[in-house]
Amino acid sequence: MASSSVVTSAVRRFVWLGVIFGLLIGGNAFAVWQNEGSWVPKLALDLQGGTQIILAPLVAEGQDVTEEQLNQAVSIIRQRVDAGGVAEAEVSTQGGSNIVVSIPGTPDAATLERIRSSAKLEFRPVLVTGFAEVAEEVNPEDVIIDEGEPLVTPENASDLAWITPAVDAVYNQLNCEQLDSLGANVADPAQPLVTCSEGGLSKYILGPVEVGGETIDDALAGLIPGPQGSVTTEWGVFLDFDEVGTEGFRRVTERLVGLEGVRNQFAIVLDGKVISAPRTLAAITDGSPQISGSFTQESATVLADQLKFGALPIGFEVQSAETITATLGLSQLQSGLLAGAIGLILVVLYSLVQYRMLGLVTVFSLSTAFVLSYFVITYLSNSQGYRLSLAGVAGLIVAIGITADSFIVFFERIRDELRDGRVLDSAISAAWKRAFRTILASDAVGFLAAAVLFILAVGNVRGFAFTLGITTVVDLIIVALFTQPLMQVLGRTSFFSSGHPISGLDPKALGAVYRGRARFRDPVDVDTTARKKSAKEMKRRQTIAERKAAEEAALEEGKK
Amino acid sequence: MSRLTTFGNALYTGERSFDFVGNRVRWYSIGAAIVVLAIVLTILRGGFTFGIEFRGGSEFRVSAPSDISEQIALDTVGEIVGVDSHPRVSIVGGDSIRVQTEQLTDAQTTQLRGELADAYNVEITEVTASFIGATWGQDITRQALIGLFVFLILVSMVMAVYFRTWKMSIAALTALAHDLLITAGIYGVLGYEITPAAVIGLLTILGYSLYDTVVVFDKVRENTSHDGEESRRTFAESVNLAVNQTLVRSINTSVVAVLPVGSILFIGSLLLGAGTLRDIALALFIGMIAGTYSSIFIAAPLYVHLRENEAEHKKQGRRVTKAKPTSGAVR
Repeated sequence: MASSSVVTSAVRRFVWLGVIFGLLIGGNAFAVWQNEGSWVPKLALDLQGGTQIILAPLVAEGQDVTEEQLNQAVSIIRQRVDAGGVAEAEVSTQGGSNIVVSIPGTPDAATLERIRSSAKLEFRPVLVTGFAEVAEEVNPEDVIIDEGEPLVTPENASDLAWITPAVDAVYNQLNCEQLDSLGANVADPAQPLVTCSEGGLSKYILGPVEVGGETIDDALAGLIPGPQGSVTTEWGVFLDFDEVGTEGFRRVTERLVGLEGVRNQFAIVLDGKVISAPRTLAAITDGSPQISGSFTQESATVLADQLKFGALPIGFEVQSAETITATLGLSQLQSGLLAGAIGLILVVLYSLVQYRMLGLVTVFSLSTAFVLSYFVITYLSNSQGYRLSLAGVAGLIVAIGITADSFIVFFERIRDELRDGRVLDSAISAAWKRAFRTILASDAVGFLAAAVLFILAVGNVRGFAFTLGITTVVDLIIVALFTQPLMQVLGRTSFFSSGHPISGLDPKALGAVYRGRARFRDPVDVDTTARKKSAKEMKRRQTIAERKAAEEAALEEGKK
Repeated sequence: MSRLTTFGNALYTGERSFDFVGNRVRWYSIGAAIVVLAIVLTILRGGFTFGIEFRGGSEFRVSAPSDISEQIALDTVGEIVGVDSHPRVSIVGGDSIRVQTEQLTDAQTTQLRGELADAYNVEITEVTASFIGATWGQDITRQALIGLFVFLILVSMVMAVYFRTWKMSIAALTALAHDLLITAGIYGVLGYEITPAAVIGLLTILGYSLYDTVVVFDKVRENTSHDGEESRRTFAESVNLAVNQTLVRSINTSVVAVLPVGSILFIGSLLLGAGTLRDIALALFIGMIAGTYSSIFIAAPLYVHLRENEAEHKKQGRRVTKAKPTSGAVR
């Protein structure tokens, strides 16, 4: 390799590292400029505190929530909170009926909505609809129709026989302003439902539930495409049903297509309110309908997240939302950072003892890795809602060891190559090829652990996996774009290439004894084949004199 | 040059060699003995103790005391429940104290309620008590276990493909099991509470242990893949040389990795007593040492064990033994 190309390659790597730093710092500066970010990473609940939200279940008088319902609700709420970012919330039950959600920072209305609402989605056929204008008082509980079986057994959910006189009476008296909370939300899915549209402008009599939210496989927020595939600005939620849902949806839409008037409409009911009641223009057979309504991007995303993880078995209301101080507090963080600093100093001292001036490369690389990690965390904290917990801090301190290992693997390889009798310049190139392979393989294992845990786990484990993933990627970036080019450049300085006794790369101290022109002691360690392989790269760069010397050596080896 | 460098030279050339592979029965026995000891002592102690994050516990709330010092609550709980219980104390809404402890008996609950009222100088009606469920519930544990399982399957496949032999995956996973059992065992033996921090420490060991084994195995792969017919070594000798050649790396890496963890453990337990830092650092400290040990003393010999009976390696072994009757130093 010509000397200039080594330098060019080193410079190119440094430039890439600069680009990464530039993008991170630029992205962060932009967030700060937009008043949405800060130069300091946000801290998690255990270090900074946050808000404690107590949710009380909404159940009819005399009814109790079961432990099973509560645990199910905790699990669903946790997934919903997780879906909003890597915030490491704490969700638990309290006193056998309430749910306590502690989240870092101050939640906005959307976050509260995301946590609280049960998101029970039902598809019911429309039987009757009209303007909501009756002002008479009505007990909200009466919207649940649980008595007065229809005289004629209805043929299907669209059958007008569902409208018994009792149903009709409720419909006529319905006051949409009173519909909230109780009632419609916990209606029997096998009975018709009298309810209002979300804005309270129209009221409906709906048939029994035909397709339930539990058959939704996946939900995604997106822009509703226009008639000719054009893009509109209207937000909606795209649903993906499982087999049962697909089949149910096909059956219903096939029937509704043939019906006239309002009975052609299919009401999408969320938590007891009609969010939209589109006309059925064609049978939907692929099980992937979309819900439109008056969505914004945010409300569509929230609904999609809620539907994805299933409806809460019961509705909840926010009983209180209060600030809460950190359970661990800053003294723990300070001790952790102090411990990290002491650990770092010990690592630096050890590296200097073991690797002399080469140890300085470790020190610079670790410092760069630290700065890079800091910016990555700050950037993710601003953009992804990532928060640093004490476990995360400990994870970062542990990463010192794993990152330093990459340098150690590299250095030991360089020394091995020097022991084999190479000159420093080629030793570094050859060592890098092998060391990078090892580093890549071992980092792949670490990254796999992080990725799998991040995708599959919930709660704290997810936040921890995120930290682990960050450190693994930072390790790779630093060793490839900082340590390696730095070694290449240093390898060209006379201090290192002459093998100065305190450079850490003294061939004599490494047992490679100089035997004459461009030849050190024969390596006694690696057998012939191994040497042939490892020397391939070297051969390509040999001068004529070196090649002759090597041929001589090979002859000698053959005589043995 | 440091002594370790000279040592490294001798190890690299094979001038000096530790017989990791040959004495494998001894190394297996040591590993197995520690694992058995960890399991038996844990069972004798009555299994693991799980923290309130896993089991739920009791919660007290002191409304609007004049002095909202967290220390008062910590002291009061310490007197009644014991110093070892680490209650979680926070200030809620800026004016109330929230205290979470392990599950208390009814008598303890009544007593602590009274003591808290006294300590904060408020009416007893201002102190409410209730049960709290686990913040680290069954669902988190279940998902973490699913993640663990999927990871182990994936990582075995990745290693099998990378090293082109599934026997390395088996050896690496055995070493991993050794590390995890010993690390978890420390908590069982000492009777320390298993907290989320400890579990997270354990999961870190999961990655670290395999990471370390992969580095050693990569050198093993490199050395053994060169062994053709003309090799002067048996398969076992090649592996042993590879482990010896990476020994300095193993020592340096484990020292560098353990130094920061050790300082967290030291500062964590000395300055702060039990808590997140100590829990996570203890798991890492033990796990990293076990991880380094197992890569060298268990994974590599086990790999030889699994492969030396393969026809090709047997033949190679015979050839070498014939040519070199005394199986002396590795040369």
